[in-house]
Amino acid sequence: MKGAAAVIVLCSVAPFLWFGMASLKGPQEIAQRPPTLVPRHPTLEGYRGAAEKGIFGWMANSLIVAAATTLLTIPLAAGAAYALSRTRIRGRRLWLGFVLAASMFPQITLAHTLYGMLQAVGLVNTRAAPIAPYVSLTLPLAIWILASFFREIPAEIEEAARIDGAGPLRILIRVFLPVAAPGVFTAAILTFIYAWNEFFFALVLLTRDDVRTLPPGIATMPGQYTFPWGEIAAACVLATAPLLAAVALLQRRIVSGLTSGAVKR
Amino acid sequence: MRRLGPWLMAPALLVLVLLAVVPIVGALWQSLFHETAREPARWAGLENYARLARDPEARNSLLFTLQFVGTSVVLELLFGLATALVLHARFRGRAWVRASVLIPWAIPTVVASWIWRYIFDDYSGVMTYVSDVSWFASPFWARTIIILADVWKTMPFTALLILAGLQTIPDELIEAARIDGAGPWRRFKEITLPLLRPAILVALLFRTIDAFRVFDLVFVMTRGKSGTSVLQYQGYKALFDQQDYGMGTAISAVVFLLVATMSVIYVRTVPSRLLEADR
Repeated sequence: MKGAAAVIVLCSVAPFLWFGMASLKGPQEIAQRPPTLVPRHPTLEGYRGAAEKGIFGWMANSLIVAAATTLLTIPLAAGAAYALSRTRIRGRRLWLGFVLAASMFPQITLAHTLYGMLQAVGLVNTRAAPIAPYVSLTLPLAIWILASFFREIPAEIEEAARIDGAGPLRILIRVFLPVAAPGVFTAAILTFIYAWNEFFFALVLLTRDDVRTLPPGIATMPGQYTFPWGEIAAACVLATAPLLAAVALLQRRIVSGLTSGAVKR
Repeated sequence: MRRLGPWLMAPALLVLVLLAVVPIVGALWQSLFHETAREPARWAGLENYARLARDPEARNSLLFTLQFVGTSVVLELLFGLATALVLHARFRGRAWVRASVLIPWAIPTVVASWIWRYIFDDYSGVMTYVSDVSWFASPFWARTIIILADVWKTMPFTALLILAGLQTIPDELIEAARIDGAGPWRRFKEITLPLLRPAILVALLFRTIDAFRVFDLVFVMTRGKSGTSVLQYQGYKALFDQQDYGMGTAISAVVFLLVATMSVIYVRTVPSRLLEADR
């Protein structure tokens, strides 16, 4: 098993590490044959180039878009998850199915009309534009995760709050959200990562460089025919670093969120 | 007061209807019109679809999309199953191995695309040094590399789903079979695999639906050259490059129908599981 585990780790990590090494090489060393494993003449040229192309501006935009998406998605999802898991609701199966299906709509099918709608309200090429589809596309998974956490909360806790005269909204905010805090946290991380990584809508809705997020910025970085690999690699390392930190710190939460609902616990 | 509970779902539903259902209906409706940036809309019936069926480029995109979905999903399930079995075993440092498996999943697809594009690059790629092939000039290799990158990126997800399934199988069951004299292969085939079926099914459906939406890899690695165009990329080009709205929305309707068919199967499998667990 140890040997197999080593192969798995190598396959997972090596491609990214190899690219990370390229971010520290100058153009000559990148073109050098045979290729060097560890940079002989390490340089930050690539990082300087990426900074000049505007990587830190894109990063700030990504942060704003991902944070706003998370702040909108979680309260909306909490309400829906409460209704779906703890109240007597007619046609629950149908609603659950609809919510699930909504997360699977192909981006291209939404793109044309969504672009027109956002243009009509003057939001195309603003940071608010991609937030709209991100909220609707992250809602289903967030609802799913929160509902599976809410289900575990004992009925007595809810009953006690109700006897004290609390309505559903109060119960949700004062009782369910604090008790299910790990679930809320998990849903928030996954929503944030989704918005940070999303490419298609960002590409279509943000064509001006000053509002671009990381993925479209990085994807369209080089000219048509030349690849400044050092710069591209540096930009990729910077865009990925926060995610790697999140994975290292929050591994358990991420895994439980990804698999919630798929397998009965 | 109790009556108010279900209404807490209303804001989320409103968002889903406005930002997911309305756009889809809009796209299906638009696909029945001929409209470009220069020409005003006129009724076209199914003309766009007829044009699409005759278009060799669109046919190629459909073909590669199907190849991509079929090949990458099967490979992801096989590697995912193998990885899950390894991660399920007890050994020292298992937590570290699990964390490292998550790395490809966490990396943005755009970044994963650049990584593999670099490894197979004509001038600087290490694989070009190993074997002097112009990888992205060959349709076969270009397609293979795109599939490889997808398998690398999404295999952790299937592995985790299958691992979660493995963890629900009671150890006593396997132990009992061992005492009855069943070897490792028989224990795997007769006990583990059948009990894993639900988890594998969910992974299969979920990955199939997601694979139909492939776009980022193709955009970054080849821009659809060397026979690597896929439906979402074809639709993107028609809508946002050529501004042929009728054609673009007709392509997006085809993608939608393919995904919707899979979704119906998925939705019928999964919510029943969530409901079963209900009080």
